[in-house]
Amino acid sequence: MKFHLKIWRQAGPDQPGRFEEYTVDNIVPEMSFLEMLDQLNEELIREGKEPIAFESDCREGICGACGLVINGMAHGPKRGCTTCELRMREFPDGAHITVEPFRADAFPVIKDLVVDRSALDRIIAAGGYISVNTGSAPDANAIPIPKDIAEEAMDAAACIGCGACVAACPNASAALFTAAKVSHLALLPQGHPERERRVIRMVDQMDAEGFGSCSNHGECEAACPKGISIVNIARMRREYIRASTSKAGARAVL
Amino acid sequence: MSQVVLDAKIPKGPIQDKWSNHKASVKLVSPANKRKYTIIVVGTGLAGASAAATLGELGYNVLNFCIQDSPRRAHSVAAQGGINAAKNYQNDGDSVWRLFHDTIKGGDYRAREANVYRLAELSVNIIDQAVAQGVPFAREYGGTLANRSFGGAQVSRTFYARGQTGQQLLLGAYSALMRQVAAGTVKLYPRREMLDLVIIDGRARGIVCRNLVTGELETYAGDAVVLATGGYSTVFYLSTNAVNSNATAIWRAFKKGAFFGNPCFTQIHPTCLPEAGAGQSKLTLMSESLRNDGRVWVPKKKGDTRPPHEIPESERDYFLERRYPAFGNLVPRDIASRAAKAVCDEGYGVGPTGRAVYLDFADAIKRLGVDVIRERYGNLFDMYREITGEDPYKTPMRIYPAPHYTMGGLWVDYNLMTTIPGLYALGEANFSDHGANRLGASALMQGLADGYFILPVTIGDFLADHRPDGLTTDHPAFAAAVREVNDQIKRLLSIRGKKTVRQFHWELGRIMWDYVGMSRNAQGLQKAISDIQALREEFWRDVKVVGEANDYNKDLEYAGRVADFLELGELMAMDALDREESCGGHFREEYQTPDGEALRRDDLFSHVSVWEYKGEIKDSVRHKEPLVFEYAKPSQRSYK
Repeated sequence: MKFHLKIWRQAGPDQPGRFEEYTVDNIVPEMSFLEMLDQLNEELIREGKEPIAFESDCREGICGACGLVINGMAHGPKRGCTTCELRMREFPDGAHITVEPFRADAFPVIKDLVVDRSALDRIIAAGGYISVNTGSAPDANAIPIPKDIAEEAMDAAACIGCGACVAACPNASAALFTAAKVSHLALLPQGHPERERRVIRMVDQMDAEGFGSCSNHGECEAACPKGISIVNIARMRREYIRASTSKAGARAVL
Repeated sequence: MSQVVLDAKIPKGPIQDKWSNHKASVKLVSPANKRKYTIIVVGTGLAGASAAATLGELGYNVLNFCIQDSPRRAHSVAAQGGINAAKNYQNDGDSVWRLFHDTIKGGDYRAREANVYRLAELSVNIIDQAVAQGVPFAREYGGTLANRSFGGAQVSRTFYARGQTGQQLLLGAYSALMRQVAAGTVKLYPRREMLDLVIIDGRARGIVCRNLVTGELETYAGDAVVLATGGYSTVFYLSTNAVNSNATAIWRAFKKGAFFGNPCFTQIHPTCLPEAGAGQSKLTLMSESLRNDGRVWVPKKKGDTRPPHEIPESERDYFLERRYPAFGNLVPRDIASRAAKAVCDEGYGVGPTGRAVYLDFADAIKRLGVDVIRERYGNLFDMYREITGEDPYKTPMRIYPAPHYTMGGLWVDYNLMTTIPGLYALGEANFSDHGANRLGASALMQGLADGYFILPVTIGDFLADHRPDGLTTDHPAFAAAVREVNDQIKRLLSIRGKKTVRQFHWELGRIMWDYVGMSRNAQGLQKAISDIQALREEFWRDVKVVGEANDYNKDLEYAGRVADFLELGELMAMDALDREESCGGHFREEYQTPDGEALRRDDLFSHVSVWEYKGEIKDSVRHKEPLVFEYAKPSQRSYK
């Protein structure tokens, strides 16, 4: 297979970026999108040119490191899959493909297709945890948790933190990412003691990082490789209002 | 033979009391003094994140480094199947003793008894801790935790979160870590690669890192250094590990004097997707839990090209069930892998390459219904479909073994300290608990036991004797280490040869897979050693590395890692050659029973092979730590 690529190149955060065109040939349909880029980079290196910087690690759709906007879609045209899982057989031979980084104010470009997503870590640091020191846990079966609740929490916890929701959102909102963690922990009884302060602090941090507001476009759910539902955003709002009107929530704001 | 005496510092007393006695006797650092100590933790996987978080909770000043952009991406995240714990929630006869025995036996009697017992003992605390953190393990309708049995175990002791157990446990450890980051006890340094260890007065006192964004070399000083940097299966080029997984941190520590235990002990995982074609960058693992309900078979006729559904039951060879009636499809990984290789070598393999066997769920779907199978393995089936374009609900999966885990690693004593005082190794980076073969669902257990429960106790014992002395990176040892690292970087960039780093890595991978892979023999290993030496020489003459040193430069990062793999590969082959027996994942063709099973030679090789660097890889010296079995008496493993 042969493809015509238009790829975003940018030397550094403060440098202007531009699209450059490349043609790749002898691509086999089983190849992943990143393996196709590997092959292009091998050719560039052999020509003494600088390879295209992009991120990836596990290459099996779980670490969340990879993420490209392909033909205008975060993680490309196939639903429910990360860039590393996307196979070239999804594209017709000879296709023209545009490749860009995940774009958002809160995700500054580091180089080419690599962006800085540390804002997501700071949202977790603001409250995306249960405060339990090592050694102080009760027996694991001490609190029974209904199966459907555990499953629902798992659905939300499946988030891989790739940031596709932000890249897909016209407002560059991180609502789905934040809501997934808020939901995961709010659903479980272990998460209840810190329920109010958690949602307030995480949402405040999300805003402070420069992410936009959610206005219910739903693009995030469509782009999410793990199928995280926007029901979680509704739950986060409920949690936020609940916390804002409670004493515990008021303490969190202070 | 060598004069070096390796003291594993195993506490005295009956095995079940060793850890409690040890905890009761170690020295403590007072709460007010802990913040005066700086501990460097390299790696943020299960072992690194759990250690950094727990040390932070205790009040130490922790610096935590990772190569990824976020600690949550460490490769522990990809572990699928589950985590073992001797909770005996299923009332099926499990106990700490049984988990201890299973782990020792599964490792083919090449692990240290005291460590393994402690691991089994701590397994129950890990589950408690993870649940308290909010890890959403699978549950029964009554709300209690669910378990499944997992490769090599006859009890159901594996806890799981769908097929994403590693992810959920890592996110638990990561959340604990981020809580400490917010609290200011842990300072996080992502996108940093450790390139050297700084030793002062014989003690590990700091590291040199490359900032992977700016390319700057940075130095950090501390009172102890903890390496939790994972395993080295990527030496095979194609493996189930992440593409950035590497041996550089432990390898550079080895070259600075830390001894390396059992480098040749590698695990080839039986249930991976077969190699598909050119340009492939990694092999994808399908969780071993699939073997609980899937049946492994090949056609009885050689070179049978009929599609699987056209092959009648009577013409199928369920070779694991046939050869191992007691354990069937659940035999340990090394046995399942070798059996699959054997049938493919004989010409019974399936698929376009003939290097695959079927893993068939038709019976399980008939017995349990498609919904149950979807609930248990849905995401794995989806993953298979994504990659192959085939529907495993309708047609059997094709699987083949792939390098997955390295039991070998830096040698550590009972306190997880390497031979360099103040340098610790945790998780897959150490050699410790899995002997010659790791049981399924035991890697997560070990990483978390090391990080949450063992290191935080043992490191205090060391630090209590080594008061903070105000060392800073102004000490000349740091500048010297930076110079050394800088010289290597300059050298890599100045060769400007013709072959890319990836080509060298690929060629090394071929050598490793062919001669240091699933089955090994003396002649092949000798050839591997000379081939690797030649390839390494060619690398330093003809590698082409592009870009600048002081920039984001993936090619340069990669070159440094491959340079290290080109040395480590040789040591692995030397170790495999030296170990003239078969045990666990190490299968020497010269040493097998008449029916082709691994033949251990306990009289000669009941020891850990511990290698010391002597300036050149080929001059490395092998020491021995004898293994004594008081509680789990070695027997020839039989899963028949």
